[in-house]
Amino acid sequence: MSASIETLVNKEYQYGFVTDIESDTIPVGLTEETVRLISAKKQEPQWLLDWRLKAFRRWLTMTEPSWPNVKYTKVDYQAQTYYSAPKSVKPLQSLDEVDPELLRTYEKLGISLTEQKRLSGVAVDAIFDSVSVGTTMKDELKKAGVVFCSFGEAVHEHPDLIQKYLGSVVPYSDNFFAALNSAVFSDGSFVFVPKGVKCPLELSTYFRINAAETGQFERTLIVAEEGASVSYLEGCTAPKRSTNQLHAAVVELIALDDATIKYSTVQNWYAGDADGVGGIYNFVTKRGKAMARAKISWTQVETGSAITWKYPSVILQGDDSTGEFYSVAVVNNHQQADTGTKMIHIGRNTKSTIISKGISAGHGQNSYRGQVKVLPKAEGARNYTQCDSMLIGNKCGAHTFPYIEVANDSATLEHEASTSKIGEDQIFYCKQRGLNTEHAISLIVAGFCKEVFKELPMEFALEAQQLLGISLEGSVG
Amino acid sequence: MSTASYQDQFAALASERKGPEWLPALRQAAMTRFAELGFPTTRNEDWHFTSVTPIAERTFKPVRAEKSSVTLDALSPYLFGAEDWHRLVFVNGRFDPALSMFAGLPAEVTVSTLADALKTQPELLVEELGKLAQYVEQPFTALNTAFMSDGVVIHVPADVVVEVPIHIVHVADSGAAGAALYPRTLVRADRHAQVTLVESFIGLDRATYLTNAVTELTVGEGAVVGHYKIQREAEDAYHVYTSQAIQAATSTYHAFSFASGSALSRTNIYTRLNGAGAEGRLNGLYCLDGSQHCDHQTFVEHIAPNCASRELYKGILDGSAHGVFNGKVYVDPEAQKTDGKQSNHTLLLSGTARIDSKPQLEIFADDVKCTHGATVGRLQDIALFYLKSRGISAVSARALLTYAFAAEVLETIEVDAIRLGLEALVFERFTNGVPA
Repeated sequence: MSASIETLVNKEYQYGFVTDIESDTIPVGLTEETVRLISAKKQEPQWLLDWRLKAFRRWLTMTEPSWPNVKYTKVDYQAQTYYSAPKSVKPLQSLDEVDPELLRTYEKLGISLTEQKRLSGVAVDAIFDSVSVGTTMKDELKKAGVVFCSFGEAVHEHPDLIQKYLGSVVPYSDNFFAALNSAVFSDGSFVFVPKGVKCPLELSTYFRINAAETGQFERTLIVAEEGASVSYLEGCTAPKRSTNQLHAAVVELIALDDATIKYSTVQNWYAGDADGVGGIYNFVTKRGKAMARAKISWTQVETGSAITWKYPSVILQGDDSTGEFYSVAVVNNHQQADTGTKMIHIGRNTKSTIISKGISAGHGQNSYRGQVKVLPKAEGARNYTQCDSMLIGNKCGAHTFPYIEVANDSATLEHEASTSKIGEDQIFYCKQRGLNTEHAISLIVAGFCKEVFKELPMEFALEAQQLLGISLEGSVG
Repeated sequence: MSTASYQDQFAALASERKGPEWLPALRQAAMTRFAELGFPTTRNEDWHFTSVTPIAERTFKPVRAEKSSVTLDALSPYLFGAEDWHRLVFVNGRFDPALSMFAGLPAEVTVSTLADALKTQPELLVEELGKLAQYVEQPFTALNTAFMSDGVVIHVPADVVVEVPIHIVHVADSGAAGAALYPRTLVRADRHAQVTLVESFIGLDRATYLTNAVTELTVGEGAVVGHYKIQREAEDAYHVYTSQAIQAATSTYHAFSFASGSALSRTNIYTRLNGAGAEGRLNGLYCLDGSQHCDHQTFVEHIAPNCASRELYKGILDGSAHGVFNGKVYVDPEAQKTDGKQSNHTLLLSGTARIDSKPQLEIFADDVKCTHGATVGRLQDIALFYLKSRGISAVSARALLTYAFAAEVLETIEVDAIRLGLEALVFERFTNGVPA
């Protein structure tokens, strides 16, 4: 290994710092009392507490899924803290009131919460541990009639909307982690785009885990009414800690007739060190429901987390609806990812596209698990799936588990998958043109992922590409 | 779904059984394992799309000894017109010497029934029987191992080439009603040996019975083994079949599975590429109609480097038939330079047919080239229109296109008689007797 690669290998996870801030943290453990306490802290209405309790009781009867192709030490749910909030957070009138320590934290993460961000045309909701610390550009959004706020705020200000849509796509009984989230979720983002409105800004939520031994359970709900459209991006980081931390989020998207929702994720939770110690367990349920002629598009760049368990799905409920899934998942060192999508074709002439690119390096294990289901009434359903895996080094693994279930003869489905080593001839060619190995690989990988990156909002595509480069540093030598 | 009735049957049969002394221990271990496992449920990932409830809720009993009334004439439509093949016929699980003919084999080759082999070649059997087809995780293999009654043992020594296929014909007639048949086949082809095995499962009469067959094949270094499985069981019959091959270096194994019979069938074709440079080819075609359910599961284990595997399975589903395909390719960390390719294509001929396809890749080595593909669809309107515009009737156009879909996989059959026989069968089936 050359000296320059050596330095790159030892390069630290640059978001691994801890913010020293006073927190309001509830005691460890999870009982019905914990659920009541979280709900009380957030001054929630009775119906929401009841819903949480139903979820909690259901969760008690459920068992953690063992089918994903990942190995990890099981989480001790009684050793976690389910709520932690920076002490200074009160309802804020403006971002000027945010604790400067928090602002500095986001500054360090490259997320500016101050108004200069206005120029880039992105509104940001920043979530620190369990609560939202601030949402930018609210006024501008308000003019367009778009609601973009923290989930907690939405419960108070738009209870009717929350009550109508919460759990309508991912019911609390959906799965083990969704039930857990429904019981203890602390905050998250809420987006509502009314009929016919094209959201004027890109919306973005930035999640930061700071406190130790704390799980993060956020809940995102995006509703686009008839003919509305919105593009949303989430990013996430966490400090370096030697213990595993749990992140179990739920995202629900509702696209009514003719609406479009584009949801992009750049997931960069702390992945653990080179020996696989520490890192985030990322167990996430994401699902969208597309009504007639609506379109839901998931784009994800997954580079972080020790364990990823995540299947952003689309229920193609309405006729002529469209679902898309574009994914780049990178595993290096001892990371494991079991990720993919579900496309459930219910309506007529529904279309889905799945493009999944998996890159495995080091001791990483990467699995694509996807389901394309065509129900008997889904006349003329169409699916195209392509999942490619690239292997860098001989200690890693790439696995593909597609499920194709078709019960309508007018459906047309195509599934293609390939796995191969990074091309030595391509590396040789690049080197012969004067690029070093590291650059050659990053160029080849960027080309391999191009189809997915082009789906990301422009300013994030660049970030994703850089992130990918960092994740793979030192994987060859 | 109790396994108790099978345990009772097992106990009742214990005294009647003969054979070398290691055999009862093997049977007992398998029986115990079956009792622990029980019949698989759809919660078991390997049986996710296939419910064996119809099998589990019935109790199939060992067949009573009865004189066979099956004639060679009745069999002849199933013999591919190949009168010169070596042939071993089992009627309702029992060997029928009158219908069998395998005298003309090269002198070095031993072909015998399992019952005979247990007397004459116990040393071969103790080495091989039950060693490949593992029963620990497979309930039906456990059940077969506990109850295996008769079958065929083939040993082709080094450098011997058996020119003519060996055809093992399992026939069931009305005498099999309510019975479970447990055929067991063992094939060993030593270094550079060559042999082609054809296993036919035929139902002559309408009867409900269960065939639960297991075949084990050891393919020696540089050996070439062709393995054709033709499943044309009775329409009310249940059929579960598992074959496991192990391949030494530079060997070639070609398994072809054809299925058109049975109410519910499950075929497991497994091969382990255990020596460098081995090649495994697994192909298959299933043509289903009515309410038939047919499940194929294949497993290619790339254990050694420089091996190649090729897999092509096609399904033609009509009526409200339900097809299932689950193809798994595993590449061990040691299996560098693996070249694997797998495809599964399904043609749906009716609005109520259904397919569940699960092609899987599990890859732990980096210097590999593996792909899989799956498609599902119906006949293209534009292709039908084109043929009709050329004056071909709608029925013929459909038959022609359906046949063309099947032809790609039928072309992989290396035994001419089987290829021609199956081509005719497929064509006839989709023209419904209407001349083209």
